[in-house]
Amino acid sequence: MIMTTGTITDPMLPQPYTVRDVAKETPDTFTLRLEPKTAANPSSFQPGQFSMLWVFGVGELPISISGDPALQDRLVYTVRSVGQATHALVNRRVGEGVGVRGPFGTGWPAEAARGRDVIVVAGGIGLAPLRPLIYQVLQNRDDYGRLLILYGARSPRELLYRKELAAWARNRETQVLVTVDYGGLGWRGHVGVVTTLFKYARLQPAPAVAMVCGPEIMMRFVTRELENQGLSRDNIYLSMERNMKCAVGFCGHCQYGPHFICKDGPVFRYEQIRNLLEKYEL
Amino acid sequence: METLERIIAEHPFFHGLDDDFVALMVSCASNVRFQAGTYILKEGDPANTFYLIREGKVAVEVFAPQHKPIIVATLSVGEILGWSWLLPPFQWKFHARAVDDVRAIALDGKCLRAKCEENHDLGYEVLKRFVQIMEQRLEATRLQLLDVYAVKR
Repeated sequence: MIMTTGTITDPMLPQPYTVRDVAKETPDTFTLRLEPKTAANPSSFQPGQFSMLWVFGVGELPISISGDPALQDRLVYTVRSVGQATHALVNRRVGEGVGVRGPFGTGWPAEAARGRDVIVVAGGIGLAPLRPLIYQVLQNRDDYGRLLILYGARSPRELLYRKELAAWARNRETQVLVTVDYGGLGWRGHVGVVTTLFKYARLQPAPAVAMVCGPEIMMRFVTRELENQGLSRDNIYLSMERNMKCAVGFCGHCQYGPHFICKDGPVFRYEQIRNLLEKYEL
Repeated sequence: METLERIIAEHPFFHGLDDDFVALMVSCASNVRFQAGTYILKEGDPANTFYLIREGKVAVEVFAPQHKPIIVATLSVGEILGWSWLLPPFQWKFHARAVDDVRAIALDGKCLRAKCEENHDLGYEVLKRFVQIMEQRLEATRLQLLDVYAVKR
């Protein structure tokens, strides 16, 4: 689904935004707050959607939106610096420009989840696309059942949003469990992969919807565990990632079996893509 | 106050165990406490006990010369610590350190080994339960080894 707002109709035309803040999350991951240069392009989006961010002279990148959907005067992105374009993006200075196309793609089923428990399972930077959903659930607390957040990262210093994780855990009917694969002696939290957290989760599978984002192999293990816990495949959603270029389903770069990740995803119902997750060629 | 018998009978690890076997377990069990920072077991020491953790968190550590100990897993409320008592040479393969103050039920592995030798039905029930834990931890370790959050360049 392509969201168009205001007078913007051409999804291929980047809109001018200005960097207003760059915050370091981990040694290689930064959160950028962008604001539109003109008041004519407010920044509404659905949790789970992504934008194409254009660093002029370097290239364009698909990046999930990680900010609060209720704040429509800005777009927030959490970016891991892993290559030339992401490096250039996270090194933008406050006041410099970035081109933004979108938002694009399907979002998390926030409306369908109303009245039900919400299980969020994130791995590594996979927490970024889930953060808008968490904001939405916490801002509309009475509309949802229990919120369970399971988050795994490589090491304590690679955990995103540490202060927010602690703050979220203080909300009523909210359980936040965090684990790392490698913990130093100073780490007093859990050590082990994210699936090991299910043992400590106060889970009620029947009325729950699960939303999962992280490396594909981690999502495969998580979906298996969610099914073991009694969730049906129809109530499990995954966010997928492939090399996206046009973001509107023209170029085919992000083809995933019969789907285009940019247009039919990135959020898919598990049942839609279950067979594709086990194909080596994809 | 909860009795040892009730705690063991209601623990998921012993779910479905005959009352007679539960009574045997209880006869090998005792309450124990460990202060935060103390070692519950150490690599190379004789392994004659296993623990049901009732409160607190335990870090399972690997000793690496010239390095700080590496925590490979943490175990918490409801989990089982230790299976080296079950198999020769009955020596611990890891350190286990209490991260917080830990309350646990210690089960005398030597006593249980003897009872399992005498009664193979009991031995089979105990083995089935430990094999399940070993399988879960092996799967978690495999996933951990994949280092899925590392940057692929």
